[in-house]
Amino acid sequence: MIRNSAAEMAAKLNAGDITSVELTQLHLDRIASVDTDVHAFLYVNNEGALAQAAEVDAKRAAGEKMSPLAGVPLALKDVMTQKGVPTTCGSKILEGWRPPYDSTVVTNLKNNDIVILGKTNMDEFAMGSSTENSAYGPTHNPWDLSRIPGGSGGGSSAALAAFEAPLAIGTDTGGSIRQPAAVTGTVGVKPTYGGVSRFGLVAFSSSLDQAGPCARTVLDAALLHEAIAGHDPKDSTSINAPVPQVVAAAKSGDVKGMKIGVVKELNGDGYQSGVRTRFEESLELLAAAGAEIVEVSAPNFEYALAAYYLIAPSECSSNLARFDAMRYGLRVGDIDGASAESVMNLTREVGFGREVKRRIILGTYALSSGYYDAYYGSAQKVRTLITQDFNKAFEKCDVMVSPTCPTTAFKIGEKSNDPIAMYLNDIATIPVNMAGIGGMSLPAGLAPEDSLPVGFQIMAPAMKDERMYLVGAALEAALLSKWGAPLLSQIPALAGK
Amino acid sequence: MALTYDEVMAKYEPVLGLEVHVELNTQSKMFCGCSTIFGAEPNTQTCPVCLALPGALPTVNEKAIESTIKIGLALNCSIAPFSRFARKNYFYPDMPKNFQISQYDEPICVNGYVDVEIETDEGPKVFRIEIERVHMEEDTGKSLHVGGATGRIHGAEYSLLDYNRAGIPLVEIVTKIVPGTGKYAPEVAKAYVAELRDILRSLGVSDVKMEQGSLRCDANVSLRLIGVETLGTRSETKNVNSLRSVERAIRGEMIRHAELLNKGEPVVQETRHFQEDTGLTRSGRSKEQAEDYRYFPEPDLVPVAPDAAWIETLRAALPERPSIHRKRLQEAWAVPDKEMAAMINADVLNIVEATVNLGADPAKARSWWLGEISRIANDKEVAVANLPITPTDVAEIVALVSAGELTDKLARQVIEGVIAGEGKPAAVIASRGIKVVNDDGALMAAIEKVCNEQPETAEKIRNGHLPAAGALIGAVMKETKGQADAARVRTLLLTHLGQGE
Repeated sequence: MIRNSAAEMAAKLNAGDITSVELTQLHLDRIASVDTDVHAFLYVNNEGALAQAAEVDAKRAAGEKMSPLAGVPLALKDVMTQKGVPTTCGSKILEGWRPPYDSTVVTNLKNNDIVILGKTNMDEFAMGSSTENSAYGPTHNPWDLSRIPGGSGGGSSAALAAFEAPLAIGTDTGGSIRQPAAVTGTVGVKPTYGGVSRFGLVAFSSSLDQAGPCARTVLDAALLHEAIAGHDPKDSTSINAPVPQVVAAAKSGDVKGMKIGVVKELNGDGYQSGVRTRFEESLELLAAAGAEIVEVSAPNFEYALAAYYLIAPSECSSNLARFDAMRYGLRVGDIDGASAESVMNLTREVGFGREVKRRIILGTYALSSGYYDAYYGSAQKVRTLITQDFNKAFEKCDVMVSPTCPTTAFKIGEKSNDPIAMYLNDIATIPVNMAGIGGMSLPAGLAPEDSLPVGFQIMAPAMKDERMYLVGAALEAALLSKWGAPLLSQIPALAGK
Repeated sequence: MALTYDEVMAKYEPVLGLEVHVELNTQSKMFCGCSTIFGAEPNTQTCPVCLALPGALPTVNEKAIESTIKIGLALNCSIAPFSRFARKNYFYPDMPKNFQISQYDEPICVNGYVDVEIETDEGPKVFRIEIERVHMEEDTGKSLHVGGATGRIHGAEYSLLDYNRAGIPLVEIVTKIVPGTGKYAPEVAKAYVAELRDILRSLGVSDVKMEQGSLRCDANVSLRLIGVETLGTRSETKNVNSLRSVERAIRGEMIRHAELLNKGEPVVQETRHFQEDTGLTRSGRSKEQAEDYRYFPEPDLVPVAPDAAWIETLRAALPERPSIHRKRLQEAWAVPDKEMAAMINADVLNIVEATVNLGADPAKARSWWLGEISRIANDKEVAVANLPITPTDVAEIVALVSAGELTDKLARQVIEGVIAGEGKPAAVIASRGIKVVNDDGALMAAIEKVCNEQPETAEKIRNGHLPAAGALIGAVMKETKGQADAARVRTLLLTHLGQGE
């Protein structure tokens, strides 16, 4: 049962084959069994999830009209607030904090009767590509426990791959949904910026952060996408327009006549050979399904990473200033006679990890008077150029594609002391955030040399998210008929308890 | 030896710069729905947004934007078709986000002016104060530092934080440098703040109560030798909480600067705090090392791009400019310049106008507010507007006097009673048993009684010595407990003693 897709679980719930309480309990049991090895969860809300499931069952029994995913369990990235449930963002500085309010995403999940199992592990404040920066220890990739599950949303994607949850919420600032999806053989979508409310998403980089759906199939992602998306007056940057018809697109998967642009700059040197093999194979399958493959160029993408590492740290240096021990979270050094300033300093010294501090310092420097124009100002210009590259390329194609990441999952600890090598992992995902458009990663198979999952990235123009689902669904169907079973059926069994 | 003001002016020219912060009177805060009502229990008007809980996001209060545009229009500014909020980053415990959402290089209103008229040695003269910018921002919370010296954070035993004020909408109005005011600098500054206050009040966008901090002025002053082009070093005086203090603070700073400059000592660029009791300023934090606020555009808010048609609608609906309004009132009421100035100085013009609008005779309304009520306000050391008596009360009292139901003397008792909290005029009249004795029979009885008690005085009057009547009238008034109409008593008394017309 737990290996079913969310859509299949929903169908069984509808048919009365299983109750939400039973389905939720199965997943809680699975978490209890395997999560000591995977460590996808920071908090499992056993009682809360079962109580919510019971409510959903009662509604269904009362004959109420149910939403498509009603009763299906989900894992929530620990960066989203949920009333009364601990929210740490993977940081010591928020240890013990229970938000007094629901994020809009959580409100939407609850309104859709999606059962929230608990909070998943992540790189501290979503800064990282491996989930090793969590203050609560790393998450392990279910394909190979010695490897990273990607980051920052490694917990959410690992939970899907380990069958601890059929659905998860991630957030993507530079690839934190798509890169974990790629290295765990799951699906992850970063919607158009403004498509899903950021209210209650603890900000890392406000102009780049975007919550989105994580799932094991394209259709499941689309169903979850529609459940959480839509205009929110509480988020000034939320787009006031109808949600793109992503479920219809995922069900159609018709790519006949669509033009698919292969980004010249996101391929070739620096990309692992097995990654390229799977990418080329996917292109052939899409061509066979009736799409036209064209090459497009985005010359300014080469500056994306550098610009990203000025903009994101700048915004984070300001966003994370509120963690000062005055109102919530950790407080260190509050002894008689200590000044507010020393308490702030000590708390931030102890509460933030190395990567977070590195980025706060970087951002503080980039925003300093005298440096602003050279760093933050120039980075914003690069951002405009990247957007222009996308606009030009989208004149020649309907979607753009690339490998999601240059490599498959690396070993835990392998890049911990080399931030630049770590940052390079996001080279193909960052341009999407810089332009505020949508991006999807779905499994393209295993790299022959290491038998680890490879991700295929689809990028669509702003508010044309349905195009990613069309192409994603087409590729998924073609690969499924080639493999005969979903990729995750090849994942090694976890020992469990 | 302290310099005199004239000695300062013989050598130096002052240059002013004024920054006025105005608290808008919107129902809700700048970026969330919390109430803005003054004086609530600490931390009861807060939410995840204004407490800066993780994940909370600001949204802009449309009403605050509207008020700011109105202010910009009234100050002859251009309204930017596109402006942005920016983050001003610095750490302080009463600032929940540790950054303030403000506007930086893209303010909403720019390039305006205000004309103020003051009395000079050569008669009335108009000075034009140019406005550089009007921008929106949010207020911080309030810290109460307990123990230690003078309520400052350093050395305090502990501090209490109240976030009710955090996020209250503020508008900052910044002038360009103001040279050329010469010795009138303090008066010009005071007149500017007063004019600004009147304009803001006429727009209905703020309570403009300086004593409650809804209008706050920072006064920048520098001196340069007469004839020198280069600007001197300025000091920035905060905590200037009344019109009178604006004048005093600037005068005081001019003298302080001149004394330093004469001694060859540098003026330090710093924030200074005005002290109401001494009229002097004390040093605050030094601004020698300019603080780096690391401004950058607020990514959580979309830019403000007001519709041009909307701006024109707001422009068309602007109220009459206070200076023009005042002229119109003065003509309509036929008030001499001096009395008009007295009303403006005593800050009762609006109240008098409201009273007149309720039907009271302008001269009567003016004399009550400027006389008896102002006197009580002075005794109590509060502003007239803060006394618990309304234009409605005064209009009612004026009407009763003209109907002959109250004498001026009784009216004073009623006013006293209303201010003492005894209720509305009718209630005071009833509870104090105040009434004019109109019954001639009762008055005649009192007159006869008094004449019998003081036969010699009565006799003098009979013999035509009229000034003696005062004593008997006084006695009758006493007899009737002050409730008689003195004029009627006089008529009856004189007739009784054979001295009627």
